Amino acid sequence: METFSSRLLQAAVEEFSRLPGIGKKTALRLVLHLLRQEKEDVIRFSEAISRLRQEVIYCTQCHNISDQALCEICRSPRRDNTVICVVEDIRDVIAIENTGQFHGLYHVLGGIISPMDGIGPNDLAIDSLQQRVEKNKETIQEVILALSTTMEGDTTNFYLFKKLKPYHVGISVIARGIAIGDDLEYADEVTLGRSIINRTPYQNSLTK
Amino acid sequence: MLNFDLSKSPFMHCKELSLVNFKNYQEANLGFSEKFNCFAGNNGAGKTNVLDAIYYLSFCKSFANPVDSQNIRFEEDFFVVQGKYQVNGQEDDLYCGLKRNQRKVFKRNKKEYDRLSDHIGVYPLVLLSPGDTQLILGGSEDRRKFIDGVISQYNKEYLQRLLTYNRALQQRNALLKVFAEKRRFDEASLEIWDEQLIQNGVYILKERKLFFRDFLPVFNNYYATLSGENETVTIEYQAAAGEDNYREKLLEARERDRIAQYTTMGIHKDDLLFMINGNPVKKFGSQGQQKSFIIALKLAQFAFTKKVKGFTPILLFDDVFDKLDAERVQHLMQLVSKEDFGQVFVSDTHASRIEKLFKSIGAECKIFIVDQGSIAKTKTINAQ
Ligand SMILES: [Zn+2]
Repeated sequence: METFSSRLLQAAVEEFSRLPGIGKKTALRLVLHLLRQEKEDVIRFSEAISRLRQEVIYCTQCHNISDQALCEICRSPRRDNTVICVVEDIRDVIAIENTGQFHGLYHVLGGIISPMDGIGPNDLAIDSLQQRVEKNKETIQEVILALSTTMEGDTTNFYLFKKLKPYHVGISVIARGIAIGDDLEYADEVTLGRSIINRTPYQNSLTK
Repeated sequence: MLNFDLSKSPFMHCKELSLVNFKNYQEANLGFSEKFNCFAGNNGAGKTNVLDAIYYLSFCKSFANPVDSQNIRFEEDFFVVQGKYQVNGQEDDLYCGLKRNQRKVFKRNKKEYDRLSDHIGVYPLVLLSPGDTQLILGGSEDRRKFIDGVISQYNKEYLQRLLTYNRALQQRNALLKVFAEKRRFDEASLEIWDEQLIQNGVYILKERKLFFRDFLPVFNNYYATLSGENETVTIEYQAAAGEDNYREKLLEARERDRIAQYTTMGIHKDDLLFMINGNPVKKFGSQGQQKSFIIALKLAQFAFTKKVKGFTPILLFDDVFDKLDAERVQHLMQLVSKEDFGQVFVSDTHASRIEKLFKSIGAECKIFIVDQGSIAKTKTINAQ
């Protein structure tokens, strides 16, 4: 372990190097860079991070990151509230928003079912999806399942299908233009946009 | 039904092989015969290592040591295995290199593969080694691995479904453990995994049965040729469920699964029963009969792979003569010297035995005398 001339320096380097993908060397470079900046700039930087963690809340309807009880997407009058797109996490919302091809609302599950990782249906926002569909069954016409194309994604689709079937809403899955095992996050915008437009009605076949 | 006419077919062979720091070889450059190549030497001299290098170029891994870095020569930093192959008149260069603490690099004609799995099966190879006795003496897993390996070579969907099945099985077993810990059994959570097991399990079951319909006659044929005797051999596929009642059987087993905390019914429990004259080979077959059984299995695998690829795979016989009587060795080598078989690599402890054998068969053979990680001498026996 390196020793620094200052404990403050050492503490800052250690905090930075706890971030994913940041080693000790990069951490030191970033810290020294911050020391060379204007004081106000660095304070603004640290305040942004600390406020993010303290003040951020999750949308009570779709579980997306939000500043208020309802997120900007759920609040927007321009969004089509007849369609809900179900995704694994917030990165998927960002990826789909970037395609500019989807104008409906989202529902962020918080993962997919995987007993090996200790994730069961109760650990995900599945109950709240069910309630949301139940409460809005007059307006909601379609639920799009946009989970990753892994075996676990397929299995979660099947579980959601079984839960939503009684409400007689259309259930569709995004087109499998993306190779098996690819996450939405890594699909390019054009491919992802196309796979949402070319979605197909969900059929009870897990593997194809 | 697949057609197993084994008349002269296009040929694949390894022309040259070079090794750097591979196992006990510091450096070696070898040129091969299109037909037989034999490596003779004492145990530990390095005769199996040459076969292992050829295996590496087909399967991107060793058959002797699964830890890649342990195949680097003692106190060196890397190994390189390179081979020049001829397939249907085209020449291909294969390269496999490993540096310590780095990922394995595999190239075909100087182009690196994105995924090693893309390479496997392109240069088919069938290996016979002393470890094969596990097919008879080992657990059912060894036998399933054998058929899964053969089917996967010609059916990519099968491999995909098998991987999916195994993953779903792990998930279902993990869920059963969670149920036991939490003392709560939630059917809706279990059913979704059942569906994966049923859809993929039924497909795998069907394909295995289709495979056996074609495989058995080929196997029987080779066994008869090898043993030269009038024994009836057969293989039975033992399944816990059929295609039509798979769902019911899985449901029936649910209570048992709950108590056992794992999945007790399915294609992951199926087995092959090897029979000779109506009795299990494991208990009632003589050593010689067991050997013939295994060799016939491997030759049938060879025939299958050849049929699918359209050219002859490479055959490796690692140290199998010691445990085999002279007559069976003679029969076997005579059989694979025919033109429906291709290039063959053999390792053995006795150079004189090899020389005598191939002289009596009259086949072309290049003999390499191996000593302490280098080729001490080579000798060619011409075809007669
Ligand atoms: Zn929202």
